[in-house]
Amino acid sequence: MKFKGGIHPDYNKLTAHLSTTSMPLLERYIVPVSQHIGAPGEIIVERGQEVKRGQPLTTPSGFVSVPVHAPTSGKVKKIAAFAHPMGKPQQGIEIIPDGEDTWWEDIQGHGPWRQLKPETLKNIIRDAGLVGLGGASFPTHVKLSPPKEKPIDLLILNGAECEPYLTSDHRIMLEHPKEVMEGIGLLMKVLGVSKSIVGIESNKADAKKALEEACPYDQVIQVELLETKYPQGSEKHLIYALTGRQVPAGGLPMDSGVVVQNVGTALSCFEAVTLGRPLIERVVTVTGSAIKNPANVMVRIGTPVADVINFCGGLTDNTGKVIFGGPMMGIVQFNLDAPVLKGTSGILGLVEDEVSQFEGSPCIRCGNCVDACPMFLVPSAMGLLVERNRFDDLGDYHITDCIECGSCAYVCLSHRPLVQFFKRGKLEWREILKQQEAASS
Amino acid sequence: MSTPTSIDKFIVSASPHVHSGMNVQTVMRDVILALAPAVLAGIWFFGFDAFRVLILAVAACLGFEILMNRLLGRPLTIKDLSAALTGVLLAMNLPSASPWWMVIIGSGVAIILGKAIYGGLGYNPFNPALVARVFLLISFPVQMTRWVVPKGISTGMDATTGATPLGAAKEAAALGTPLNEAGLPGNLDLLIGNVGGSFGEVSALALLLGGAFLLYRGIIRWQIPVGFIGTVVVITGIAHLTQPDKYLNPLVHILAGGLILGAFFMATDMVTSPVTRKGMLFFGIGCGVLTSVIRLWGGYPEGVSFAILLMNAVTPLIDRYTKPKVFGQPERKLFEEGTSS
Repeated sequence: MKFKGGIHPDYNKLTAHLSTTSMPLLERYIVPVSQHIGAPGEIIVERGQEVKRGQPLTTPSGFVSVPVHAPTSGKVKKIAAFAHPMGKPQQGIEIIPDGEDTWWEDIQGHGPWRQLKPETLKNIIRDAGLVGLGGASFPTHVKLSPPKEKPIDLLILNGAECEPYLTSDHRIMLEHPKEVMEGIGLLMKVLGVSKSIVGIESNKADAKKALEEACPYDQVIQVELLETKYPQGSEKHLIYALTGRQVPAGGLPMDSGVVVQNVGTALSCFEAVTLGRPLIERVVTVTGSAIKNPANVMVRIGTPVADVINFCGGLTDNTGKVIFGGPMMGIVQFNLDAPVLKGTSGILGLVEDEVSQFEGSPCIRCGNCVDACPMFLVPSAMGLLVERNRFDDLGDYHITDCIECGSCAYVCLSHRPLVQFFKRGKLEWREILKQQEAASS
Repeated sequence: MSTPTSIDKFIVSASPHVHSGMNVQTVMRDVILALAPAVLAGIWFFGFDAFRVLILAVAACLGFEILMNRLLGRPLTIKDLSAALTGVLLAMNLPSASPWWMVIIGSGVAIILGKAIYGGLGYNPFNPALVARVFLLISFPVQMTRWVVPKGISTGMDATTGATPLGAAKEAAALGTPLNEAGLPGNLDLLIGNVGGSFGEVSALALLLGGAFLLYRGIIRWQIPVGFIGTVVVITGIAHLTQPDKYLNPLVHILAGGLILGAFFMATDMVTSPVTRKGMLFFGIGCGVLTSVIRLWGGYPEGVSFAILLMNAVTPLIDRYTKPKVFGQPERKLFEEGTSS
């Protein structure tokens, strides 16, 4: 099934054919305490303390919370606010490696996952600090714990990787197909479902082949090729494209009986269980016209982005933007001291010519945004409402259903900053709802 | 570390960080390009006079645009090519014999009263070129209906003035003369444009070529032209079937007059037509109904301009009631009010 709307940007998958490379050990790492959606963990190490690779640095402070771990062995130098990819400086733990890179004593495999109970598996996944690796960084164990009144009958694996430039999921499926498939089986056991589908965009047919060849359970894990169209990897659109189910507005995939996990998350879950290794590294696509040697790199979480870029030959002189994530939804960086997080799927450098700032002009009502919006909103009208401070009317236009995919802004003839408008509009609309609630109670 | 980390070096803005590359200027350029065949056909049939009207209108529109930009203290907007396009469209809606002063007045009305006073491109509720055309039609009815019949390719005669096919039909109907005695041109002449009329509306073939180009480029959607022309065919077809002596057959209604020019190039004006696909279809149908009513029973032989302007006025309403059903939202009733009460 195909979803309506969406766009066909230049895919620029420059690194699709490049095997994942590893970085040498650095002189320092900064591990932010908060790398996921939900409560940050509580710090359990002290300044000056020796830590080992994989040792937890924090402990979960609630259900929607996961720990972070030491990327290598060394000494905690400082616990303070450090540059953070989300903009504001945030609390982080600076670690100076001792060069030994010795694993923490407690790290050991938990044996074959088929012999473990779902509850045990879930705890292992939480303690390994696993979050969704596609970018949203929602704690994996929470997604694997749907309430009883929401029965789940299907696990969907997101291998769409619809963001231009990014190839980390593609490489994971090509390089570790067996482990990904094992991870899927493991997740199915946790959820108690008997069926799962891997959704992959048609520009990665080799990944489908690799998974199917590695697949010992061809009866229950189906691998499907999907139209190459942005935002195919949006949870709601992936579910629709694979099953025809529409997640109700304001709802979650579990409202349609589905749990969606990223293929990279499946791999990390498998490693967490069989090897006992927590999430301390991930594949990052370092790419774009401003990066001298684009590559897929296995990066330890906490590595400053400047070091990753240097490993890939550095930036060109005419660099205009450095982005965490892809060009459609990625977050722009202004300080290259910011570290790689669990959810950092790509580091994208674009040259000035590609990102030259356009002056936005008045909407000429061309309707391109209406055609492009995969949520069937009317972005032109919502943009005008925000521009005119008419936030009260935003509810009529269902602004909270906007997924901020940027398809509207991509096709806007007037180069209007529509996503920026909607981010602001959502905040204002939520404020209005709050006031209405307060007034009525 | 060799990589610069300075904060002021990088551009910081919200996503997305890439763009399709299309902008207002590229679209206006494409529309002008799409009009080129019809413009050339007009010049072929009406000669230097038509060329003179075209140059005058484009130059005057650009001049008024600069003037209004200056007066209102706004950045220059002639580079977006919208004023140039207004000039081309206005010229195509005028008789080739239009006096120079009328072209200038029309250009001023289009740019100043049609666009600038509302705040410029994007804020104008009515199609500027049509505002000017209707203004001129009401103010200077004699000059606006002095049609030159092209130097016939077949007859080789000099240009003469005469009625448009629709005008002749209307007159015949008023006098009670049966249509087959009204001396109307053949369908082939209508198709290639060898008939009297506004400079840019006569060659149906050239206009259709341009319209197909715009559809192919995704600049216009099929809903407006198909809704518009389809509705005219249905209504005039029914009229023709009931009284063939009094009402022209629908093919003549398509080929004669400004229907094709209007349906593909004027009604589809982005600023003044709906943004939703369903809205576009309603808009096209509305234009078709009004055009047919005016042509069949109204005082004017031609109704395309009035029809489009009237539908421009209801575009905001159409947009409001044709909001698409949001992905994952339950079915919405047509006149249901929103969540804020």
